Amino acid sequence: MTEPLLKVRGLTKHFPVRDGFRAGGAVRAVDGLDFDVRPGETLGLVGESGCGKTTTGRMLVRLLDSTSGSIEFAGRDITHARRGELRPLRQDLQIIFQDPYASLNPRHTVGRIVAMPLQVNGINPPGGTKKRVQELLELVGLNPEHYNRYPHEFSGGQRQRIGIARALALRPKLIVADEPVSALDVSIQAQVINLLRDLQRDLDLAFVFIAHDLAVVRHFCHRVAVMYLGKIVEIGDRNDIYQHPQHPYTRALLSAIPDVTTLGPAGRIRLAGDVPTPLSPPSGCRFRTRCWKAQDHCATEEPALITRDGGRQLTACHFPETGTISQDSGPAGATAEEVSK
Amino acid sequence: MGRSESAPSGEPDRPVVPEQRSGEDPYLRVKDLRVRFDTEDGVVRAVDGVSFSVERGRTLGIVGESGSGKSVTSLAILGLHNAKRATISGEISVGGRQLVGLPEEEVRRLRGRDMAMIFQDPLSALHPYYTVGRQIAEAYRVHHPRAGRREARGRAVEMLGRVGIPQPGKRFDQYPHEFSGGMRQRAMIAMALVNDPDLLIADEPTTALDVTVQAQILDLLEDLQQEFQSAIILITHDLGVVSQVADDVLVMYGGRAVEHGSVEQVLRRPQHPYTWGLLSSVPSLHGDADADLVPIKGNPPSLINLPSGCAFHPRCRYADRNGDRSRTEVPELRPAGEAGHLVACHLPAEERTRLYQQDIAQVGVAQ
Repeated sequence: MTEPLLKVRGLTKHFPVRDGFRAGGAVRAVDGLDFDVRPGETLGLVGESGCGKTTTGRMLVRLLDSTSGSIEFAGRDITHARRGELRPLRQDLQIIFQDPYASLNPRHTVGRIVAMPLQVNGINPPGGTKKRVQELLELVGLNPEHYNRYPHEFSGGQRQRIGIARALALRPKLIVADEPVSALDVSIQAQVINLLRDLQRDLDLAFVFIAHDLAVVRHFCHRVAVMYLGKIVEIGDRNDIYQHPQHPYTRALLSAIPDVTTLGPAGRIRLAGDVPTPLSPPSGCRFRTRCWKAQDHCATEEPALITRDGGRQLTACHFPETGTISQDSGPAGATAEEVSK
Repeated sequence: MGRSESAPSGEPDRPVVPEQRSGEDPYLRVKDLRVRFDTEDGVVRAVDGVSFSVERGRTLGIVGESGSGKSVTSLAILGLHNAKRATISGEISVGGRQLVGLPEEEVRRLRGRDMAMIFQDPLSALHPYYTVGRQIAEAYRVHHPRAGRREARGRAVEMLGRVGIPQPGKRFDQYPHEFSGGMRQRAMIAMALVNDPDLLIADEPTTALDVTVQAQILDLLEDLQQEFQSAIILITHDLGVVSQVADDVLVMYGGRAVEHGSVEQVLRRPQHPYTWGLLSSVPSLHGDADADLVPIKGNPPSLINLPSGCAFHPRCRYADRNGDRSRTEVPELRPAGEAGHLVACHLPAEERTRLYQQDIAQVGVAQ
């Protein structure tokens, strides 16, 4: 098997919190992540708000410094790379942001926005910068003649395409995409997902795709990591995660998604309560306070992220689920009686 | 007979009023509602002749993309448009009372008591400076002027408990920032329900929430509806949410209704190419994950400069099958075969059925 392009080990981010003048605790936003991304592979990072997925994405492209752990990219440890060392690195490692309105400078033309990565890195593409920018605009499905227009002249979906063109300008190997379609209307969302899929295949790009929408992730990612309160609770190939999820949280997430193909209230797993605060996460398994299978053991010992069947699906749970979810009908799994306990 | 967009013909077109499902009079009846804003850039026809009705105990889902007029419709029902800016015509009858043209004072008396709204973003809809309980109690006292402080507090605590907030007595005295997102949305629902309204309008009530919390809120709305038998309008862009909770669905595009019917009809046997497009562009948890999604080409139209004829024609795959009609003639909402199912499309019914079978149904998503 090929060497991983991105290798993350024990990645952790704690944000210190001050309580008045006293130093308080820390928000443990990301708490020890291990995962790999191989060249040309798409990894989906899913979870609810506050699970640390965006913080993770920002650490991967070094927009945030990690508290501990290591990030290795193309065989080089970049955890502590300095500004000067980062610049060549960013040619291979790019990010697409969630909000297409906030991530483009309103006073720059589209041409200037997309050319910026080339200029910053002192790259003079054959045929000139303008030609390369126009190629990029065409690649993402925009009219190359719109080179001189400003971001406000474009719709949300087109702006997101501009952001994608900018990320592609340096021919990166890995793109971190942070909720790239969640701000878009459904009909536009599908356009952008298809575009990203085509680019991924044609340019053999690796992606870390951060999203809360599991249905979107299913259509885009080869592998999926499910996060809860700063930890990966389950990671594996797409089909494993969606067809036989082993972690109760993955099951609950999947069953909570209202799906157009099922009419009427589906057999949802009702999770009680809210996500606990990352300031003082529960002892042992972090999901135990909302889990219907939790026992005393779960409070004392933290479950390790391990494989159950020797395969590539890793689950952090003391009492993993075993059944299969049918892909044709609605999700089965725990019944309401089990949940209400 | 068709109608060109600018000049209404001599014979006024009768809008098709959706059929009722039972003998009972619907609680809310909207007939040929039009909302127009005069702006510097031109006239915005945000809602252009929409009709629907909702009975007690039933839920109507209004679906559409940004700028389709779905939120403007709901604000018009509640009388929340600024009379200086918006021109509203048509009929809105709530519990038998005609609201269009009613003095502001009287609409205010109904609003919050007979009809209430749940907004999308509970953080901006709740006042950060007052405790959550005080805001709910205020909503009660406005409509019960003789109720004392203690009675209002008791009622607010009761409602907080009803919507599933633990320790409601303690939560009453907390501020919105002390509530989590899901809890805030529950508090908003408690506030909307404090006067037992018969009509509840929920504008994207779960869009800002995580899926597991969204499931809790949808369940809650359903339970409360069973209990109070209120009529609910659920405005959303999420067809998945609609499929779970709505009884009827209205699909809006460019300020007009393009399809209307029961949830079964609209989501299972959709008739309008726009509805087809919406269904096949939504990624699903089922079916072939490697199949490409089928997006709708282009962008939602600007309401200032709406395409002529059928507003959807520039994005429609089948627009050229009608010669020039799609460009010149606005399609009327007409019966689409089954009782209660209405569609505004120039394509002949048989051809629609054929196209749906041939192009859409087999994609799997809409199946």
